[in-house]
Amino acid sequence: MVPVSYYVLLSAVLFTLGVVGVLTRRNALIVFMSVEMMLNSANLALVAFAQRWQSANGQILVFFVITVAAAEVAVGLALLVTIFRSKRTTDIDEINTLKG
Amino acid sequence: MNILIMVIFVVLAAFTLAAGVMVVTVKNIIHAALWLIASFFSVAAMYLLMEAEFIAIVQVLVYVGAISILVLFAIMLTRHVTGEGVRQLYKRWWIALIVAAALFGVLIVPTVFNYEWAVQPSGAQISIASTVEIGTAFMREYLLPFEVASVLLLVALIGAIVIAFEERSTRRRVLTLAEEVEQRRQRNESLRLAPTTHASETSE
Repeated sequence: MVPVSYYVLLSAVLFTLGVVGVLTRRNALIVFMSVEMMLNSANLALVAFAQRWQSANGQILVFFVITVAAAEVAVGLALLVTIFRSKRTTDIDEINTLKG
Repeated sequence: MNILIMVIFVVLAAFTLAAGVMVVTVKNIIHAALWLIASFFSVAAMYLLMEAEFIAIVQVLVYVGAISILVLFAIMLTRHVTGEGVRQLYKRWWIALIVAAALFGVLIVPTVFNYEWAVQPSGAQISIASTVEIGTAFMREYLLPFEVASVLLLVALIGAIVIAFEERSTRRRVLTLAEEVEQRRQRNESLRLAPTTHASETSE
């Protein structure tokens, strides 16, 4: 059996990778993918904990996280396509209409 | 057996991390999406390794089947600006790297190394959380969140349609391939013509 701390460490590294992607890339789609990766790493840690405590609750929480992620992707990508239609760009540095 | 599981875990972890690094660093956005699918797959395999078969199936169905297809469609709908020639990195990317490293070092590593992982959980059942158990939990103590999740999905469905809906009058006509090639040829020709006229003017 693989120790839970290994899974937690792996999920931490994956999460940090996602943070790097969100902070450094300028394409909104890549930012989106990085957010998905961060959600995935959280799921990984949750499943590892569920396996360690032999309880179904962790896996149920993962199921809800996946549900919310699916809803988020649908709305987010619709927003992205709409922004692209009006601004002809997906560069998050150029979408600054609401900037004070 | 334990060594075999360990080897499988190490291989999967290495592949997941490699795929994650590729998603963040690769220039071509389609390749980034494909690497993202690869990382989803290896995480699903890791769920199987943890005997969470229901979550593994849901991961493959929702992430690999639906979310990545949606991302690929979004890439295709916005393809004119997602080429390799566009500058992709935030200009002060090294600050972001430092922030991420600090986040990792300060927040996450102490949690992993200071917690007593070796302590056996008290009152743990012998049975593993199976799909049957999860289904029962959904129909009993998690019934309300389950219903709320379905309402959330419905709201997201309607919201996505409302946001992305385009009036018929404002919709651009979809060009056939021949028309698109013709359009591109004309654009190239006008580009080729413009510098030569400019050069002849300056020579005179």
